[in-house]
Amino acid sequence: MSFPWANEYKPSHPFMQWMDDRLPLPRLVYNSVGAGYPVPRNLNYWWNFGFMALVCLIIQIVTGIILAMHFAANDTVAFDSVEHIMRDVNWGWLMRYVHANGAAAFFVVVYVHIFRGFYYGSYKAPREMVWLLGVVLFLLMMATAFMGYVLPWGQMSFWAAKVITGLFSAIPMVGEPLQQWLLGGFAPGNATLNRFFSLHYLLPFVIVGVVVLHIWALHIPGSSNPTGVPVKSESDTVPFFPYFIAKDGWTVGAFLFFLAAVTFYAPNMLGHPDNYIPANPMSTPAHIVPDWYFWPFYAILRAFTTDFFFIPAKLMGVLAMFGSILIWFLLPWLDKSPVRSASYRPLYRKFFYVLLVAMAVLFYCGGAPAEEPYVVISQIAAAYYFAHFLIILPIVSAIERPDPLPYSITEAVLGEDESAALSPAE
Amino acid sequence: MIRILSILVGLFFTVALAWSLLTGLLNFELPHTVEHEFHEHPKELHLASDGAFGKFDRQQLQRGFQVYKEVCAACHSLRHVAFRDLAALGYNEAEVKAIAVGYQVDGIDPNTGEATTRVGMPTDYFPLAFPNDVAARAANNNAIPPDLSLMTKARHNGAAYVYSLLSGYQDPPAALPEDNRPGEGLYYNPYFANLNLAMAPPLNEGIVSFGDGTKSTVEQMSKDVAAFLVWTAEPKLEKRKQTGLPVLGFLLFATILGFLSYKSIWADKKKKKG
Ligand code: HEM
Repeated sequence: MSFPWANEYKPSHPFMQWMDDRLPLPRLVYNSVGAGYPVPRNLNYWWNFGFMALVCLIIQIVTGIILAMHFAANDTVAFDSVEHIMRDVNWGWLMRYVHANGAAAFFVVVYVHIFRGFYYGSYKAPREMVWLLGVVLFLLMMATAFMGYVLPWGQMSFWAAKVITGLFSAIPMVGEPLQQWLLGGFAPGNATLNRFFSLHYLLPFVIVGVVVLHIWALHIPGSSNPTGVPVKSESDTVPFFPYFIAKDGWTVGAFLFFLAAVTFYAPNMLGHPDNYIPANPMSTPAHIVPDWYFWPFYAILRAFTTDFFFIPAKLMGVLAMFGSILIWFLLPWLDKSPVRSASYRPLYRKFFYVLLVAMAVLFYCGGAPAEEPYVVISQIAAAYYFAHFLIILPIVSAIERPDPLPYSITEAVLGEDESAALSPAE
Repeated sequence: MIRILSILVGLFFTVALAWSLLTGLLNFELPHTVEHEFHEHPKELHLASDGAFGKFDRQQLQRGFQVYKEVCAACHSLRHVAFRDLAALGYNEAEVKAIAVGYQVDGIDPNTGEATTRVGMPTDYFPLAFPNDVAARAANNNAIPPDLSLMTKARHNGAAYVYSLLSGYQDPPAALPEDNRPGEGLYYNPYFANLNLAMAPPLNEGIVSFGDGTKSTVEQMSKDVAAFLVWTAEPKLEKRKQTGLPVLGFLLFATILGFLSYKSIWADKKKKKG
């Protein structure tokens, strides 16, 4: 499960020895985030975002549990209970602002984490399971964030709940009853708020469970690295402790600095002003938009404006929106290139950057009103998005000629690797 | 096999999008509304509470409160604010009590249990301007005056918006199309989203007289009430900004220490120069 040169746990205190014989918890920690876990020495900063995501998850759970102590999941008082938290609960405003901006930060971090995977081919064998669990995590995060957004029961909460559950009504035959079943009524109401609160409290712990599997699966082959060349010898790795604890530690500090800067000095920057207006089923906001981290997918949803043969435009949009994430599940099998890292894949690299641009465009259009020119622009970007994963990637990986790879990680870092020489150097 | 299927699915989505795109281009039309043309962004407003070191100007908040109390409160509620909160504006205990006593709030007759009213106490919240939405509509030409507690957070650039709106009533420009001219009971205001507002211009020069001698121009009153509503929307604003600085200072310090220890731990693993 690890490399043969991994350090072995040696209890230094009789109590630890006693513990190790009965419940080897210290050994588990030592072998997963301690000196017993060898990690490629050449990981760059893009590999720090997984650890940051973990920190985000913990922040969300801690602040969320405290908020839940003061929040009332009832449609008549939910909005007021949030204001009670902001005004009367000691440090309540801090908990709420950290939770709201922390959710946004979590998504920033995870988007970077995912695009790291696209660039460095992290989804390829032998890490397919890490990737698949990652996509499951992303879906769970989206469900959790969506339901959390509904809880303060402001205008955007209500109307986002209505629009998003309304997507299900596009499904033929069962659509309408399905939407009513999800909402617990014909429109979002107390039943909706209650079940969303229940699930919003539950899902983060499901996420914790899947994160454990994600990291477990990762620790079988160990992390990949920017060259994509597998670990060959001890000189390719360094122990997680102290090397990566130190590296992850200082970047988490920098991350918290940015999170605090936004939380204390622009806490409502990423929110929508309409959510400070209590939910009102009789008054539709001019532009209904979900939180910003859903914008690319919202843009894809709205890009389908014309019926396609017998398929209604709305159904196409819904299929495409869910499909746009579900196709990530296929990635390990669509990209057949034996080379992982885009640093050695000149052709794929170009398309990767086009994908980045397309994604940025979709982000922008998803937050804009559904009018021209945004619709036309998002149609082009969305078309590229699907073409990239489903058409370009399989073809590129078949025809591309990769650049020569370094012999080993050690050679990539130091310029030479003694074990590579045919006869050992003096 | 999977790759052939994927290419087919990819074609399905891209062709459907191309189809949408084509129809979109054939009917391409940039949106044009009169609101787009005549609507104006809020004027600039600088308040003492702006910026990382911002603090409320308590004198101004008191003036703003006076404007709210004597003018806005006739129609607009402030339901998230309690009289006790006013201590933050610099009023002492006796003054807060005196303000509360000036209001009648809902109560119960201690002998019969019947609904009645009693004088306010510092723990009470500002009473609602109307008992319910129906009454509010009936008194306001079928429009509901919104609660003001969170107004400056419930609009983009809220404080400047409130200030601009209150001081921005004007005669409709000559070029304004007939359909967009204010109808019965509506007033032209370019800072309002659909240009016509059901609120009559509430402020006139001298409508309140400030205890601190400040001249009560429409400009001044609009600014003061905007400042007051920044406070009602976020009474913890000052504390937030004050707490932020030491937190950021600490995190910066910790991050630098972390970075230095990272450097020294990794020193023997980096490629040696030369
Ligand atoms: C709750 C959210 C998540 C957490 C807490 C998390 C955590 C982690 C951690 C700690 C690592 C090891 C450090 C690193 O490589 O950065 C990792 C690796 C990885 N994660 Fe995640 N992750 C999350 C979501 C995702 C998502 C959404 C995806 C993809 C869709 C993903 C894909 C991967 C992959 C492929 C690796 C291995 C990278 C490599 O070694 O090259 N993860 N994750």
